[in-house]
Amino acid sequence: MAIVYEKSKGLTDAELHYCPGCHHGIIHKLVAESLVELGLLDEAIGVCPVGCSVFAFNYFSCDMQEAAHGRAPAVATGIKRTHPTQAVFTYQGDGDLASIGAAEIVHAAMRGEKFTTIFVNNAIYGMTGGQMAPTTLIGQRATTCQSGRTVEQAGMPIRMAELLSTLDGCVYAERVCVTDIANINKAKRAIKKAFEKQMNREGFTFIEVLSTCPTNWGMTPLKANAWLKENMAAYYPLGVIKDSSAEVK
Amino acid sequence: MQKELWKGNEAIAEAAIRAGCDCFFGYPITPQSEVPEYMSVHLPEHGGVFVQSESEVAAINMVYGAAASGMRAMTSSSSPGISLKQEGISYLVGSELPAVIVNCMRGGPGLGTIQPGQGDYYQATRGGGNGDYRTVVLSPSNVQEAVDFVQEAFDIADQYRNPVMVVCDGLIGQMMEPIEWHPVPKRDLPPKDWATTGRKGRDHHNIINSLYMDPEVCDQHNANLAKKYALMEQNELRWEEKECGDAEVVITAYGTPARIALTAIEALRAEGIKAGLFRPITLWPFPEKALHELAGKTHVKAFLDVEMSSMGQMIDDVRLAVEGQKPIRFLGHAGGVMPTVEEIIESVKKALKEVQ
Amino acid sequence: MKKEIIISGFGGQGGLAIGKNLAEAGMAEGLNVTWAPSYGPEMRGGTANCSVVLSDKPVGSPVFAHPTELIALNEPSLEKFEAGVQSGGTVFVNCDVVTDRVQRADLTAFYIPCSKIAEEVGNPKVSNMVMLGAYVAATKVLKPETIEKMIQEMFAGAKAKFIPLNIEAFRRGMACVQ
Repeated sequence: MAIVYEKSKGLTDAELHYCPGCHHGIIHKLVAESLVELGLLDEAIGVCPVGCSVFAFNYFSCDMQEAAHGRAPAVATGIKRTHPTQAVFTYQGDGDLASIGAAEIVHAAMRGEKFTTIFVNNAIYGMTGGQMAPTTLIGQRATTCQSGRTVEQAGMPIRMAELLSTLDGCVYAERVCVTDIANINKAKRAIKKAFEKQMNREGFTFIEVLSTCPTNWGMTPLKANAWLKENMAAYYPLGVIKDSSAEVK
Repeated sequence: MQKELWKGNEAIAEAAIRAGCDCFFGYPITPQSEVPEYMSVHLPEHGGVFVQSESEVAAINMVYGAAASGMRAMTSSSSPGISLKQEGISYLVGSELPAVIVNCMRGGPGLGTIQPGQGDYYQATRGGGNGDYRTVVLSPSNVQEAVDFVQEAFDIADQYRNPVMVVCDGLIGQMMEPIEWHPVPKRDLPPKDWATTGRKGRDHHNIINSLYMDPEVCDQHNANLAKKYALMEQNELRWEEKECGDAEVVITAYGTPARIALTAIEALRAEGIKAGLFRPITLWPFPEKALHELAGKTHVKAFLDVEMSSMGQMIDDVRLAVEGQKPIRFLGHAGGVMPTVEEIIESVKKALKEVQ
Repeated sequence: MKKEIIISGFGGQGGLAIGKNLAEAGMAEGLNVTWAPSYGPEMRGGTANCSVVLSDKPVGSPVFAHPTELIALNEPSLEKFEAGVQSGGTVFVNCDVVTDRVQRADLTAFYIPCSKIAEEVGNPKVSNMVMLGAYVAATKVLKPETIEKMIQEMFAGAKAKFIPLNIEAFRRGMACVQ
């Protein structure tokens, strides 16, 4: 019998703990496939965050480190500076990266650290039970803003890809989503491109993946997908936010 | 051997380079900024990596990443910055990572002062971050010891897969003293086959992690760590006794106050007063048994604990060791004021009067 | 033998360097030495001082309240430290900068025109070498040859042209107290 589909060698056989309809599984798969297809799996060192993907070290089959909350970009700096020829990535959520780890990601990007950050933005704190994140949309309900986020109380949500794009050290930033086949393919291309640019030593590369959290959003997976496209993508525009090589051309 | 005059902080940095430090991550703070300054110039000359981090928090996490991928990593700071590193130190211990952390202590609390202090004793010896843990804490009282201890600290860290702290006060960092670059003891160290260096053909992936969701597994992890602490207590204890053989009053002090005490002891002995010094060199493990035995000697009448701290911190360990056998007096200043020779002499005399 | 010396002046006057030179020379002669600076914002423009110990025994405290000698390069330094000098001790004053006189009768005072001599020698930067010469001649704790050898080592290679200038300044300083 011919094999028509196989799980990526970039993933272990461990069973994922993610909720039904959560996008982390798809995003893991895309990162793993990219590492394998670029021949980087045997060289790669990944750093996982604190948040829903805290156990990602069990899922990726490359060497992995677990960082303190928000500190993955500093940890990755320590790895990449001492292993400059190897592929290094951080995999972080929005609470980890855009809130408690804001300083670390901004300065890693400023220094042009040559690693890749996969930023999974689902507009909420998932693991701790649905609290407001810096990326929570205005009006969106969370357990710490039960009537919906207001500008008065929490300000406007933060657009990390745009913010980091203002730094010269960040050479590539793209926002993608994985709600359907077309977008999954786009996301895969973006992730691969980011790793390629990293290996070309161009600078810091950043992929923001809009993601759903059906459990904490209180929606079915399908409804969550629709909500993401309608609401999140409206505030967080999809596409290439910055590509220094394109600017040069 | 040729003696060379070195400033404490610069000597600490040079010692680390000679010990094979691969990378240094740090942030400026007085009175330790000469360490990153020296490293920024000289570590790259030896093929090492220097990064000035955006914060102390980032620095210790850069140390984490580098140490986890098999490097000899180091950071240094002074008290307020060391507070910021506590999260990272806890994670280093939890993930069983070797690293060297230097604290060139200044007075607190808060911004306090940039002058020398010893108010971080509890933080260093009890594990300053969350969770139950210990790190070996070496406390030099001169520049030569600082140089020797920093070099040994890398080996101790690698032997136990645990961070090691070298704790000196601001004066040791700032002062110049002649030193010799004599060889320090080297240890047989286990291979770092646990490091996340990229699989490179390895049949399994390495994971560096401090998270254990199953309480029984976490309990077992802590029990395993406790076994390492027990080994450190067994193998790494260091202290020095001076003029204790017939001493009636024993001064307990570490770092700069121990030096000041020596000058006082010389003057006291010239007056016929038998004073001695018990100086813990490892603040953790604390030389409890040796101090307990000394307290039991009939010639010892009283103790005087001298610290750059307003209420005393090490004095708690001294009390635990002395176990009420003899009275303990305290002399201390915080905020950058150092105890003087005259004050120590006066306190020793008072301590002696009380027991006569 | 134990010398506890405080050297104090404005930042940039070379007081810390005089202290380092004393410690280096003491080390070269096999003495135990320490050099401890005051540090902090005052080192950038304000009054800076350092404490030096030269001793034939291991050095206990590197800092002290009662120096055997005070080298005062400016008025605030003389004001601040004169009272603490050990009875029978010595005070060296750069009298080109300091117009006050040492008040205590139990101290020996030397008034050294460091700046004037340095200018005569040809470079205001060598005024600290003048003071070093005065200290060495007055205390006899270090051999002049040790200092001169140290000057030769300090200005090795391309800086060798500064050697005669520094040695002359040092000798002129010695002559001030002889």
